[in-house]
Amino acid sequence: MFDRGMLELLGKGIFETLYMTIASTALAYVFGLPLGVLLCVTDNNGVYPIPAVNKLLGFIINFLRSVPFLILLVFILPLTRAIVGTTIGSTATIVPLVVAASPFVARMVESSLKEVDSGVIEAAQSMGSSTFQIIYKVLIPEAKPSLIIGAAIAITTILGHSAMAGFVGGGGLGTIAVNYGYYRYQRDVMAVTVILLVIIVQIFQEIGMRIARHSDKRIR
Amino acid sequence: MISLRDLSKTFETGEGTLEVLKDINLDIRKGEIFGIIGLSGAGKSTLVRCINFLEKPTSGEVIFDGMYMSELSSRELLKVRQSMGMVFQSFNLLQQRTALKNVCYPMEIASVPKEEARKRAVELLELVGLGDKLNAYPSQLSGGQKQRVAIARALATKPKVLLCDEITSALDPNTTRSILELLQSINRTLGVTILIITHEMEVIEQICHRVAVINGGRIVETGEVREVFLRPRSETAKQLILPKGHEINHMTGKRCLRIIFDGNSAFEPIISNMTLECRAVVNILYANTKSIEGKAYGEMLLQLPEDEISVNRILAYLDDKGIYYKEEERNV
Repeated sequence: MFDRGMLELLGKGIFETLYMTIASTALAYVFGLPLGVLLCVTDNNGVYPIPAVNKLLGFIINFLRSVPFLILLVFILPLTRAIVGTTIGSTATIVPLVVAASPFVARMVESSLKEVDSGVIEAAQSMGSSTFQIIYKVLIPEAKPSLIIGAAIAITTILGHSAMAGFVGGGGLGTIAVNYGYYRYQRDVMAVTVILLVIIVQIFQEIGMRIARHSDKRIR
Repeated sequence: MISLRDLSKTFETGEGTLEVLKDINLDIRKGEIFGIIGLSGAGKSTLVRCINFLEKPTSGEVIFDGMYMSELSSRELLKVRQSMGMVFQSFNLLQQRTALKNVCYPMEIASVPKEEARKRAVELLELVGLGDKLNAYPSQLSGGQKQRVAIARALATKPKVLLCDEITSALDPNTTRSILELLQSINRTLGVTILIITHEMEVIEQICHRVAVINGGRIVETGEVREVFLRPRSETAKQLILPKGHEINHMTGKRCLRIIFDGNSAFEPIISNMTLECRAVVNILYANTKSIEGKAYGEMLLQLPEDEISVNRILAYLDDKGIYYKEEERNV
């Protein structure tokens, strides 16, 4: 049953899953990182408090995060079609993944940045640092280990979502699991895809933790 | 160098307005080491943060080197802060940077060319005695070493004044002493004006020239350290300086004499001579001598004998020797 064709299919599935996950995570950080910084900085206790912006942003992010992923995916199909030209396949899945993951990433980034000791920020201010300098010379470098751990969590969450997209033809291992396991009752194929997903998650998580540990100068 | 005029600071809290500083007036002279001492909650930390506008005063003026801080644009304020170094109780070093890179930080902000910044950072770390720890991360340094890095960092942009907020409170007595010695030598060699906030009398004693006592957000006493120590006028100063502790309580005599030595007589065997000459015994309830600015000062609490004649002899003897004393009720 695991003939050449099936192995090729699984190989393609792994590739598509990795492609969706990594591309979506990268794009989610393109949007989520600045949003997270903005959330942290404009907070009442932040470096540059703007309560109105903070509240509005917080509301939008909470709104997006409270929509279940599958519903979000269907809901923004027109947007997906407008951007990618189609709604099927792994490239099309990247759009809803990014929309769903960006607010999540923003919250992760926000919480990492808020871990930075306020005393260190105060010291930077006392030396005449501008808000922008505090962001890129203090907040982000000081929170780096925590940001990397956050990224590992984000990438595994996005991977899970990408598999979910399999139900609507999103491609990758999720689609294989749905097509063979759900529609054709080939439980062995489904089991293999699940195992592959687990292994990929473990690898991402482990790599993330290692990089984080390696980059953290606080524990030696 | 720094003048504070009618400085007040209030905080809006949920329960209403909190007055933290009230009508503070202070003049800190160029080149001096000025101490501000107060018990916790007196407003010391807020006061020091008002000087570099980390906290914006609610009213009043901060005049630094001829500039009215409140009139500066936010851009100018950042620039001015570069000429005020600040050192903190909890060191506040960048954890992900080496000692060298920490000292480079303020120079990056001040756009000092990289090579020059590195060179100066090395010099400064050598100055504070950490020439062998350039590439150590803060987590690899002891408390005292971290504070030395923080001092080097604060000096990086050649500030005119160093603001020190409880910088020895997290350190043990020996480390405290060595950090204070470092500050003193920086004051002497670089001529940097130093403002020290503390709740520890020892800090003031060891290096300050003048001191202000703060309580409840007000300055209750200002003066030369020696003056304030010898004749504290305010209750807070007395509390901080004269530890009239429990040790006096359980003594049994009636009249007590507080003798104050003024630097000339501390090493003379005054008490010994007095008992011999007056043929009267006294009980030493409490004694404390300190070295202030290199001179010895001290005070001693004596329990006097019961008979009037001996007491008069003792008082006459002290008058004769020109020793400052005052009689005290033994009620603490």
